[in-house]
Amino acid sequence: MSETTTAFDVRHPTEGVSIIDVRGDVTPASEDGLGDAFAQASEAAAAGVVINFTGLDYMNSGGIGLLVTLLVRAQRSKQQLAAFGLSDHYRQIFELTRLDDAIAIHDTEADAIAALGTEK
Amino acid sequence: MSEQPDMATEPTAAETPAEPTAAETPAEPTAAEPTGPRNADSWARPVDRLSAKDSEKGFDPTSVDGRRIAGPIQGFGKMWQKTYTVALADADVAPQQVIADWKKHYGEFWPKGNRFQAPLAGLQPGEVGLITGKAGGLKLSTGVLVLYSDDESFSFMTPEGHPFAGMITFSAHGAAPTTAQVQLLIRAQDPMVELGMALGGHRKEDQMWIHTLTQLAHHFGVEEPAVDKQVVCVDRKRQWRRAGNIRHDAVLHTMTRPFRRSPKPAADPDGDVKET
Repeated sequence: MSETTTAFDVRHPTEGVSIIDVRGDVTPASEDGLGDAFAQASEAAAAGVVINFTGLDYMNSGGIGLLVTLLVRAQRSKQQLAAFGLSDHYRQIFELTRLDDAIAIHDTEADAIAALGTEK
Repeated sequence: MSEQPDMATEPTAAETPAEPTAAETPAEPTAAEPTGPRNADSWARPVDRLSAKDSEKGFDPTSVDGRRIAGPIQGFGKMWQKTYTVALADADVAPQQVIADWKKHYGEFWPKGNRFQAPLAGLQPGEVGLITGKAGGLKLSTGVLVLYSDDESFSFMTPEGHPFAGMITFSAHGAAPTTAQVQLLIRAQDPMVELGMALGGHRKEDQMWIHTLTQLAHHFGVEEPAVDKQVVCVDRKRQWRRAGNIRHDAVLHTMTRPFRRSPKPAADPDGDVKET
């Protein structure tokens, strides 16, 4: 298994929307890093939080569980959670696990932001 | 009412998985081949509905066949994350060996009362395992999809009708000692199960996983394993729009089975009638 540096960077491309850029792995070991990034993103995101999976290298089933808990946190704050940049493989995993019932998947960052009701 | 089943220790022929296949040891990609995600083979292939046709006596594949997957998002009740761990103290065993043995003997570690029919191919991604047992004194037939499986973990996802909607992940990590873990991320599938959870279902579930990890530890020679439990209520809200899940309830499905029509026998090319 290759060594991977995992990082979750938060940016605010437009008012009301935050983006978490995922780099590396999403596994149960990411709980603190992704959780902290979500807290930071959520604070400044009235409309919602978008997760950018373009830099995702690896995700296991524990990572899916982690996303479910983030979704609950977003719903509790009455925020939407969206995603873009998923490879075909992980898009299929979202569909298989029915995560896509609650986390909208978009092709691009612009699509995701627009869907949250805010123009970039 | 609908409690997590107690599980049996009656190994059957079908619980013994086939010898490892090529799918378990994917070949190294050559320079000319696209690599894709490094764990792509560990995931089940996308399916809209589950398929379960063959079963041993006592199992009911119709409780799973044609059903959709139902994860924690699709369930009704409060969402719980339950984590059970056991340190395999004094057992010189690597996480990979723990998972390999766990997959091979999965149903043997369950408490008596219920049974697990492992897929013939073993607990491989995309395979379906069947469960039979009792919940609240009533017979229950259901199953699970093997969602993910690698050297250090494997996960099940539940179908519609299973008492819980969610994921169960079995993993092993660390060294000296290796720790084995079961983690559930679940909601009760419907209001009847939610009620059952409040009336002793949580306790029964604890017993089941503590027993499972204790048996696993015994398998590796640990004499007095101590199982730790952590429970977090991830979401206290019940999803009332999912109350209709009760139409799939596995206990109700099992109770009403005698009153449902059996599939028509299929005729073979010679005109004889085959029982299906």
